Amino acid sequence: MENEVLKISNFSAGFGQSAILRNINFSVFQNRVTAIMGPSGCGKTTMIRCINRMHELSPAAYYSGEILLHGQNIFSMDPIIVRRRIGMVFQRPNPFPTMSIYDNVISGFILNGIKLKKEQKDQIVVNSLRKVGLWEEVKDGIYRRGTFLSGGQQQRLCIARALAMDPDVILLDEPTSSLDPKSTLMIEQLLEELKQTTTIVIVTHNTAQAARIADYVAFLYLGELIEFGPAKKIFTAPENKKTEEYLTGKFS
Amino acid sequence: MGKNQQQQKICYVNTGPGQKPGVSKFFKKDFLFKFILFFSGFLVFLLVLSIFVSLILNSVPSLKEFGLKFFVSKTWDPVFEQFGALPFITGTLLTSFLAILITIPFSLAISIYLAEFTKHGFYPGFLKNSIDLLAGVPSVVYGFFGIFVIVPVIRYLQIKLHIEPYGVGIFTASIILSIMIIPFSSSLGREIIEMVPAEIKEAAYSLGSTRFEVIKYVILPYARSGITAGILLALGRAIGETMAVTMVIGNSNMMPESIFSPSNTMASVIANEFTEAVTSIHLSSLIEIGVVLFLVTTMISITGKIIIKKFAVHQ
Amino acid sequence: MENIRKRILKDRLFTLIVIVLSFTACIPLLAILGFIIKNGISSINLDFFIHLPKPVGEHGGGISNAIIGTFIVVGIAFVIATPLSLLAGIYLAENKKNFFSDVLRVGIDILASIPSIVIGIIAYLWVVKPMKSFSALSGGIALAIIMLPVVIKSTEETLSMVPDSLREASLALGVPYFRTILKVIVPAGLSGIITGILIAISRIAGETAPLLFTAFGNPFMNLNVTKPVNTIPLVVFNYSTSPYEQWHKIAWAAALVLIAIVFVFNFLARIISKKWKTKF
Repeated sequence: MENEVLKISNFSAGFGQSAILRNINFSVFQNRVTAIMGPSGCGKTTMIRCINRMHELSPAAYYSGEILLHGQNIFSMDPIIVRRRIGMVFQRPNPFPTMSIYDNVISGFILNGIKLKKEQKDQIVVNSLRKVGLWEEVKDGIYRRGTFLSGGQQQRLCIARALAMDPDVILLDEPTSSLDPKSTLMIEQLLEELKQTTTIVIVTHNTAQAARIADYVAFLYLGELIEFGPAKKIFTAPENKKTEEYLTGKFS
Repeated sequence: MGKNQQQQKICYVNTGPGQKPGVSKFFKKDFLFKFILFFSGFLVFLLVLSIFVSLILNSVPSLKEFGLKFFVSKTWDPVFEQFGALPFITGTLLTSFLAILITIPFSLAISIYLAEFTKHGFYPGFLKNSIDLLAGVPSVVYGFFGIFVIVPVIRYLQIKLHIEPYGVGIFTASIILSIMIIPFSSSLGREIIEMVPAEIKEAAYSLGSTRFEVIKYVILPYARSGITAGILLALGRAIGETMAVTMVIGNSNMMPESIFSPSNTMASVIANEFTEAVTSIHLSSLIEIGVVLFLVTTMISITGKIIIKKFAVHQ
Repeated sequence: MENIRKRILKDRLFTLIVIVLSFTACIPLLAILGFIIKNGISSINLDFFIHLPKPVGEHGGGISNAIIGTFIVVGIAFVIATPLSLLAGIYLAENKKNFFSDVLRVGIDILASIPSIVIGIIAYLWVVKPMKSFSALSGGIALAIIMLPVVIKSTEETLSMVPDSLREASLALGVPYFRTILKVIVPAGLSGIITGILIAISRIAGETAPLLFTAFGNPFMNLNVTKPVNTIPLVVFNYSTSPYEQWHKIAWAAALVLIAIVFVFNFLARIISKKWKTKF
């Protein structure tokens, strides 16, 4: 029985006069990878930014509808708490350039002024870096700046940073689109492992990637949810014609 | 589809009648912080406004007394309390324009060299560093150098030419000024020349033009409006220069008769007489000159920047 | 083919003219440095820095009061201008496209183009007149007004270059806005901010015009900010325009000290800008 972590109901969002998303309904299940896909401009980035309430930071942003996190409406919660419980990894790796790798991993605590004992910090850093497979590679230079790493390593560092907060869900916005194929593969394998302990939502415009790692797929087109379901079903027997057209590359 | 929109950052959600999304416990701190940022900007804005208002208010006595005659009258007599600013306006115009005239070939040469000739090697580095150092020399040091080095040279020249060997005067001041504005005008000129799109330069080169021809027939005409704006801004700088000019211009309140006459500029008369002004009308007249300086430099700065913006967007 | 030779000749001639003109423009710098070092170095000794000026006719004496005075007025200007300009610079970098920002930017450009002597008039009207006395305080305030646009502009420029992705990363971690700015954005731009401040300081340390009727100068040592104070540029001005040979010598040495200070700050600024620059 699938455990529902996020439930998005009747959800619409946009800026000022322009509606980006209209009446979206789907769920995100625990320990599964849910991919949000669609052609450019379909609103998938907006969707993911609504889940951790980053959307409202833009001027004239609005939303209506509900997003429930373990049954609680995120819009009634403190957005700071929402963002601490829902982590985000961005398209371009963005480790904090003034901090060491060590500090980057626990930056969520440092920047929030949460004091931890050295043993606690060490443990979180080692665990998070192990989970993303970076520990062996950086353990000797852990006090160096994070910007000396390669693109793929930086992105894994960003994932470690999000994991350190022990979030309920991790959102990834096209995390491999700026990386080379080797790093892309590494991160996809990483996500496969991570889903055992975390719930993952990933935005991707790469249908092959979604086919490789997604358990569930939400297909958006022009701000509307065209189809949502288990990945296997969507890729082999999509119900909607548009979905099929997108998957066969008729438009992107 | 009912959508509630707001034009501000907090958005409304249809979770129930009149319900707002939960706000962060840091909302107050964030709001206070943003307000402090805004308020700082506001204070700076207020400062500029207050400067303008203060200057005008304090020049009212002389405005009332002399009206527009102030700008065309040649008499500046503290004893008889007759104040006319024409000698200083003339002095300012003469020194500044002459300085610009002198500086143009040199600044242009530097701008062209740094923008179009080899970028690496000893000479470009030497040139750049020298100009940067030149920019850092304080005005009073230029004036000092002017008194002890340039003035004797000019005096010698004047003797040879059978003119009154004052040494000091408009011409001397222009020379010092022209040296002082070289860093500013050459860096501005270089920025402008670098804004000329590479495509048209390459097109000209590929047609077999020499560098001189590309510069003369392609780059300079294209950059004309930008360079004009640059000259305008340099003029604004020259008009406001005080110390170096004060030290070599000879401090005379009479209308200058030639470029070798001693004179005063608007800035230098303020520097010379402000602490000695006993009557309020004297002080007010000096402040009115300050208003003129403020308005002229402001207008030049705004106009120059508008022209440059238009030039930059034009590509 | 004669035509091509003529064109190449013209090009060579042009290159020669450009190089000659640009080199000639550097000569004044060498001349200024040369004269100041040559004439000033002989008067530089420890006494020069420690002692007060002596009355005319007596040998020796130094500019200790001017050195302290320069520190005082620059210090006052720094304390007043730095916080205000940092905050305003942050505001402009964070609010790039609204109406007030545009108006403010125009205002700052205007402030930057006001001749420093006019700023001196303002400080006179606002501080000297009410206090009924010249003072280091009024001089410091004048210098602060001059410092503001320089630091605001360099702060805004530096922080605008910090990529948005850093702000997003911090906000997504649940960090509130004010901490994001203070702990992430500003530290990322620290080298540029410090460089801007150093350059502004080197500029105001050399200013004379605004101090002519504010700090005014003082033959004695003065640590009281409500009283007039001497500064190194004022020494150069007053002594060089005096008729006394002895004072001219001191002026040369003071000019040397002034140039040394300005160059050191500029050099520091350049090093910090290169070495501490945050790579994104």
